[in-house]
Formats: sequence, structure tokens, C-alpha cells
Amino acid sequence: MSEDSEESVPLLPLQQESMASALFNTDQNDNSERRRHDHSERRRNDHPESETNGQPQNNIQQVVEQDEEEDEELTLKYGAKHVIMLFVPVTLCMVVVVATIKSVSFYTRKDGQLIYTPFTEETETVGQRALNSILNAAIMISVIIVMTILLVVLYKYRCYKVIHGWLIISSLLLLFFFSFIYLGEVFKTYNVAMDYITVALMIWNFGVVGMICIHWKGPLRLQQAYLIMISALMALVFIKYLPEWTAWLILAVISVYDLVAVLCPKGPLRMLVETAQERNETLFPALIYSSTMIWLVNMAEEDPEAQRKASKNSTYDKQAPASQTQNEDAEADDGGFSQEWQQQRDNRIGPIESTPESRAAVQALPSNSQTSEDPEERGVKLGLGDFIFYSVLVGKASATASGDWNTTLACFVAILIGLCLTLLLLAIFKKALPALPISITFGLVFYFATDNLVQPFMDQLAFHQFYI
Amino acid sequence: MTLAVFFGCTFIAFGPAFGLFLFTIARDPLRIIILIAGAFFWLVSLLLSSLIWFIAVKASDPQDERLQKGLLIFGVMFSVLLQEAFRFLYYKLLRKAIEGLVALSEDGCSPISIQQMAYVAGVGFGLMSGAFSMINLLADALGPGTVGIHGDSQLYFLTSAFMTMVLIFLHTFWGILFFHGCEHRRWWEIAAVVVMHLTVSGSSFCNPLYVGSLVPSYMLMAAAAAWAYLLSGGSAQNLRRFLLCLRSGASPQPGS
Repeated sequence: MSEDSEESVPLLPLQQESMASALFNTDQNDNSERRRHDHSERRRNDHPESETNGQPQNNIQQVVEQDEEEDEELTLKYGAKHVIMLFVPVTLCMVVVVATIKSVSFYTRKDGQLIYTPFTEETETVGQRALNSILNAAIMISVIIVMTILLVVLYKYRCYKVIHGWLIISSLLLLFFFSFIYLGEVFKTYNVAMDYITVALMIWNFGVVGMICIHWKGPLRLQQAYLIMISALMALVFIKYLPEWTAWLILAVISVYDLVAVLCPKGPLRMLVETAQERNETLFPALIYSSTMIWLVNMAEEDPEAQRKASKNSTYDKQAPASQTQNEDAEADDGGFSQEWQQQRDNRIGPIESTPESRAAVQALPSNSQTSEDPEERGVKLGLGDFIFYSVLVGKASATASGDWNTTLACFVAILIGLCLTLLLLAIFKKALPALPISITFGLVFYFATDNLVQPFMDQLAFHQFYI
Repeated sequence: MTLAVFFGCTFIAFGPAFGLFLFTIARDPLRIIILIAGAFFWLVSLLLSSLIWFIAVKASDPQDERLQKGLLIFGVMFSVLLQEAFRFLYYKLLRKAIEGLVALSEDGCSPISIQQMAYVAGVGFGLMSGAFSMINLLADALGPGTVGIHGDSQLYFLTSAFMTMVLIFLHTFWGILFFHGCEHRRWWEIAAVVVMHLTVSGSSFCNPLYVGSLVPSYMLMAAAAAWAYLLSGGSAQNLRRFLLCLRSGASPQPGS
């Protein structure tokens, strides 16, 4: 039965042959994209851009509907399981961010701002501050839009090497430099004496294993853990370097942008997906958190794989796009799967949330694709940008709220409910949906409401020890 | 004030609830979602009631102590009523969800019953309510300070923890009672839940005279527990058999 209704479509269709060979490339592509996204301050824009833009988007969810009835049936049954598969990593990322914010003071200390947000918020009047933050948010979002368009252009003109290089540099920077800074700050906080040699060894191991897991093959759990860690690192950087009002404004604007970019016909994300689809290529599968390993393996053995895939492909034509897109995703992420897995992959269309490609793929797919063999094993995907922005919201709430833990908890619940609703909408509408708007809206509403309304109330109640 | 106080109060307040979560809710994804949605509904009710309280406070004189306390009491009562209203709304939502689940299931039965949903919803409400009451206190307990140095009660943290625990249990039982009342159209059960909630919150006005708030709350909790147990199909025989089975260890335990 095809239960994929809840989630969606794997990335774009791709010929098996080209997939095999393109695997490595697009893989790199994706990875580099991802890295780029998760990247440092210098490339901060990349990040947002990637999220919104091309990469198998965090924001986009897609669903493939293979068999309507069965889909519907399984929607709620398996839907719950997939929702939890996303709740857990999102929760973990938020927990890491909040724990760091609460303990390591480095990330709440004001040490300057990014060049993308040049206007300071330490102004004399409230009006001036509001104006500055609006300008900052406008600059940031324009940078994001420009980078997104740049990505589309690069992709359109097949400048894969540029994109790959970019992504690799991003991930290197993130895995080595940012984690080095993080480790240093944690040691400072707990006053742990440490020598450079040990640190070098630790960071080297962490970084290299991270690069391997994320860009090549590795155990699923380790890969997931690395993705969560880099999302948390990125979120921490945002929390540190974005001033308060700017951060809230950026969160709001980026949800709107996400909505527009995914659902409008002329949105850059949509265009990216359509281009990839035309070329029958996979789009950047990097920058996606995947919860299961149903992918094909082995990018290393391109030829035998290609042949096998080629043969399989001809049989599973219809599913090809979906499986292939998924494949791409997977390929970078998981490895070492047997023929059996390939088969399953071919037969299945796993749920994927955030790929623009998936969206295009869905639209491109014929309505009666093959059903998957084992719906329960289908995984779920969510883009890393979603993780990052959810964590930024909760982290900022814990850093700056006067209600403190109440506000943090309220934002946390709001975001989880938003995610749940998004997945429900996904199951109902069965097309690509952005994952940011609902959660961020709920998060923002609950942040401001809890901080300004609930906190004084709870404060008074606690003072008198009244219970409601 | 020390780690011991922090951990002690955390486990007193959240230990039982955490145990309930771990053993009955954590395995099933659908229940986790219902739990979080229940927490969300409680949160929304709190938001609305704080809004009303906030407006009332802003419209009044901040210097008048008695008025402020009166407004707070009004806020508490209003919040209780709103929480029960949202429990009713949540019941309606879960009813619709069950119909959906039944329609979509292969064998015509929903994977979760309304009674189980009632229990999970109650735990959701309770956990959120407890968390909001207790979490800031726990965070403060980790830091430096002396309890009651200005002449207030020294048992503040401890009694808060016990009160939170009893409230979490009460919310769980109220969830079961409330949903049962809604299912079978017994309005007096619903009214009883509302009255119990008002009583428990009202008894907290006696604080720091803890005997006036904790004792009635625990007694009400025992009563609600027994009532919920009976409504869920339990009986004296079941209980006896369960306890005897434990002792003899020979027969299988009765299902819960």
C-alpha cells in the first residue's frame, strides 16, 4: 500500500545511469550545498538561501500519492510514527541549543554583528531601533534572495564544480572551525584545563568523521547526530550574532519567504526544482535530515551500480524519479546497502519533506506509481534549515525572555504543534509544503504572548503560591 | 539552593508523571502527539486567561494591594474555568480524530480508544500545568539563596513540588472523568470536575498555611483516583486480584 501520503516525494527523477554517475557529483553538490548552508558567517546567506532555495529544502515537503485510498488509510496510522521521527531530532537540536545558551555565556554575549546586519540596535530611541532592525532584516532577506537566485543561475548553467566547492568549504568550516570555537567556549565555561594537542586530535577526528558521514557513507545514527550537531552550531551562531529585534523580524520574514518561494509559480525554489526535473537530475540532496536508510548504496562503485540501476530503472520507470531523488539523498548519506535495499528503494517512495525537487517530482509523477513494500520503513526528511530556524527561535526565547523557562517551554510546544499541523496538512493536500511558516508563526505568537502576558501572571501566582 | 533540593523537588513533582509517560505513553507515537496537543491546549487556555488578567490589571490601580490580590484571585478562577472549557474543546477535537481514525483504519476500529485519549489528554494538561508552575522555581533552586529569609515559609520549594505532583495527578483523573462525562452525557460529572478544580485552586489561597491546601488536594486526588478507576472499569475485585497476583506471582497480571 502506498502509504506515502504523508510524505513525500523524493527528489527529482533521474535516470539510473546518470544517477549513478551523477550520484557522486550531485552528492557533492548537495553536500556542498548543505555545507554551504550551514555555513559560517561569511556565507550565512548561503544558508538561508539554501534553505529556501534549492537544496532539498527544508521547507518543502512533498508527498506522493500512489494509491489514494491506501494513502488515506495509512495517513494517520503511519503519520503518527513519522511525526515522532521528526519530533525527536527537532527536540534534540533544541535541547542542545538551549542547554548551550543556558550554560555557555559566550553565545549570549554581544560581540558584534554580522556584516549582513550592519545597523546596530543600541540606539537612543525605540523608533530608531525599529527602523534599524527593519533595515537589517531587509538586507538579510535580500542577501538570501540573491544567493538563492545565484544558486538557480549556477545550477541552470551547470556550474556544478562551483557549487560543490562552495559546499565543501562550508562544511569544512562548520565542522572544524565552529566546533573548535564551541569546544573552546565549553572548556572555558567549565574551567577545564586542556592542551592544544588533545584539542587538535579531538577536532580533527570530529571533523573528519563528520565529513565522511555527511558527504559519503556512515551509520545512520551517527549521520543524524552530526546533522543535528551542525544545525545546533549554526543556530548558535545566529543567536549570537543577530540582535534581538532583527532576529525576530528575520524569523518572521523568512517564514513568509518560505511560503512564497515554495508555493508561488515563479518562486526560485520552484524554478530550481523544475530545472532539475527537466534535466532529469537530482537536485542537491544535501542539507536534509533523513530518518531511515532506505537508500541505495555505494556511490563508490559507480559502474556496477549504474548497471544495476539501469536495469532496475527500466522496470520501475514510474518510480524512478521518486526513488532516484530519494536515492540521491540517500546516497550521500547512507551507504553499504545491498541489492535488497535497492529493490526496496525502487519500490518505495519515501516521505520527504523538504525538497523542492520532490515537489516537481510529485507533479511529474504519474498518479499510479508503485506502492511501497513496507510503509513502516519509509522514512521522513526534513531540511536542516528548518532545524536551524526552530532552534534559533527557541534559543533566542531562552536567551532573552524574562519569563525564561516558561517562554522556552511554550515556544517548544508551539513549534512541535506547528510541525504536527504541517505534517497533517501535507497528508491532506499531498503536495509540497513549506515547514517553516506554521511553526514559526506559532512560535513567535507564543513567545511574545508568554513573555508579556503569561509571565507576569505566573510570577504573581508563584509569589502568592496560588495554583491554577 | 543546592543540587539536592533541585533534584528532590524535580522528582517529587515530575517523577510519577515521568513514570506514567515512560511506561504508558512513550511507546505509542499517536499518544505522544495527543499528549503534546493536550499540552498545547492547556497553554492556549493559560494564554487567554493571562490576557484577561493582564487587561484587568492594567486597567486598575497598581498601588492597591487588596485590589491586585482580588484581581489575581479572579484571574485564578477564570483560568480554571477556561482550562475546563479548553478540555471540552479538546474532547471535541479528539472525538473528530477518532472518527477519522476509524474511517481510515483497515478493520473499522480506531487504534486508540477515547478512554486512552482521555488519560493521555489529562496527562498532557497536567504536565504542562506542572511544568509552568514548577520550572522557574526549579531553575531558581539551583542558584544561590536562602528560602524564607524574609519571614516566608521555609518549605516553599517542597510544598510547591508536592502541590505540583498532586495537580498533575488531578489533571490526569479529571481528564478521564471529564471525557467520560462528555461521552455519556452525564453533565454532573463534568460539573463535578469543574467544582473539584475550583476547590483545589481555591484551597491554594490558604498558602502558606499548607495544611489548608495540600491536605484537601490530596484527599480530592484520592477521591478522583478512585472515581476514575471505577469509571475505567476497575472494581474492588480487580484491585484485589491485581494485588494478590503480585503477591503470589502465579497468575498473569490483569491488563490495565
